[in-house]
Amino acid sequence: MTQPKLAPNNLHMQPISEKRESIWKIYGQKFLRNKLAVFGAAFLLMIISLAILAPVITPYSPEKIDLLNKLQPPSKEHWLGTDEFGRDLLTRLLYGGRVSLMVGFLSVLGAITIGTAIGALAGYFGGALDAILMRFVDIMLSIPSIFLLITLTTIFQPGVDKLILIFALTGWMGTARLVRGEFLSLRSREFVLASRTIGTSNGKIIFSHILPNAMAPIIVSATLNVGSVILAESALSYLGLGIQPPTASWGNMLQNAQNFTILLKAWWYPLFPGLMILMTVLCFNFIGDALRDALDPKVND
Amino acid sequence: MVTYIIRRTLAAIPLLFGISIISFAIIRLAPGDPTSLLMDPTISGADKEKFMEKYGLNDPIYIQYFKWLGSFLQGDFGTSLIRKGVPVSEMIMNRLPNTLLLMITSTFIAIIISIPIGILQASRPYTRLDYSVTTLSFLGLATPNFWLGLMLIMAFAVHLGWFPTGGVATLNADFSIWDRLHHLILPGFVLATADMAGLTRYMRSSMLEVLKQDYMRTARAKGFKESKVIMKHGVRNGLIPVITIFGLMLPTFIGGAVIVEKVFAWPGIGLLFIDSAFQRDYPVLMALTMISSVFVVLGNLIADILYALIDPRIEYK
Repeated sequence: MTQPKLAPNNLHMQPISEKRESIWKIYGQKFLRNKLAVFGAAFLLMIISLAILAPVITPYSPEKIDLLNKLQPPSKEHWLGTDEFGRDLLTRLLYGGRVSLMVGFLSVLGAITIGTAIGALAGYFGGALDAILMRFVDIMLSIPSIFLLITLTTIFQPGVDKLILIFALTGWMGTARLVRGEFLSLRSREFVLASRTIGTSNGKIIFSHILPNAMAPIIVSATLNVGSVILAESALSYLGLGIQPPTASWGNMLQNAQNFTILLKAWWYPLFPGLMILMTVLCFNFIGDALRDALDPKVND
Repeated sequence: MVTYIIRRTLAAIPLLFGISIISFAIIRLAPGDPTSLLMDPTISGADKEKFMEKYGLNDPIYIQYFKWLGSFLQGDFGTSLIRKGVPVSEMIMNRLPNTLLLMITSTFIAIIISIPIGILQASRPYTRLDYSVTTLSFLGLATPNFWLGLMLIMAFAVHLGWFPTGGVATLNADFSIWDRLHHLILPGFVLATADMAGLTRYMRSSMLEVLKQDYMRTARAKGFKESKVIMKHGVRNGLIPVITIFGLMLPTFIGGAVIVEKVFAWPGIGLLFIDSAFQRDYPVLMALTMISSVFVVLGNLIADILYALIDPRIEYK
């Protein structure tokens, strides 16, 4: 058998670039190649900035009642029409967006923190602690979340702050499972064993060696979770158990829209809040999927 | 195989036990002790003591838990706080048939739409058809299903008048299958959409996996028509993993039913749950939370066992 021919050495023809590309730059480039994700991110940024700038954008108050102008169709004065109390729908959508997005972000922040802590403990230490924590996760996952959410909101009648707490306390299990899996596979890698042999403390190993390596899947699941919390919040508020009127949220705006006369005469009123929810959740899902592809080293283009 | 089923079933027991502890803990979180909800507030101290003794409220908490669990296992979920003296089990049984009807209908709708679409997508992957369906399922996943229900009511019930706006049957009308079906179509479809996106995606990827297999190539080499290869050799194998997803989808499905029943004023378990939430009827809330969780655990268990039964390649020791 002849020796396999060595690949021609091309290295001298192309000077190796001086600066190494950082891994985040590569991730960024991969992400930007996904058109849907870029569209999602841009659209989301627009919604967020409009919600923040709401008082500058609209001259109306989100809660002031103006019965002379009730159920006005979209017009020059009211771009998206008015509701049954004569409040400008665009204004309420923007202010409602503040509430819905804030609940989404903060709840997921809480859920991710709890889930990461529990998953890290279970995955890193293993043994009985792992078994107990994971059985607890199994139990929590067996209770359909809408039942848990409705029962807890009935008992506590929460304001926005407690509502966020309830979402965080009922939404951490997926992250915990995910983080546990990452920790299980990372804790026996050479770099972890190496730092253990030189006497690094458990806390330091967890926070500075394993956690950074487990960040990618955590970020992906956080992004997708924001979308599902926004959906859950809108459902609860639609039922009248979430954000309470007169404060607007995308969900509770739909609560009053379910009325035969409104459905017959004011199509714009139920249409737009739902579209906002749909678009926002869609954007989060696009971004989450693109992040998954960008951050996963196994997926190559 | 039998030992696998037994072991799996036994493993579900501690899970149910844990769920019952959490449910019980939540009842105790409810504001006001049960006496204040059941008794005349002007009752004297001695009478209150007698009452506490009678209902076992002076017992240590774990005795109370076991008593509650014992009666729960016997199907005694207590009595409603609002409709005085009516057993919770009776309220639930009255509503159960409606919910089952709705869930069975929408499972049927989800299957007859999603499975064929998934197969079609897998047999023409990366085509315009495939991408359009993927985009549609993205939209489906992001649509709040109560809003979809509202939009369909607005279009097809209020404006076009093709369907009723809600309820199970026309009031004061004689029973007719057509009337019941007429009321079922919109809520059944909306609930089906909750799982359709996931089901389609799952069927597609499962079929794609199967189409790569050697036995598919062999079947083609034997000269079977492509449609026969896909239907007979592909679909049968592609369906195996999809069966498990039914068990896993049960939580979203039950949760979806709660919302859809509210949108369509469908007098089932879900509407009972929401009405009880507004009336603070805690025994009903707890019983329904427990029962729905038991269904989820059973669904997962059945999915696991079915999977083991259907796929002969997997050996269970």
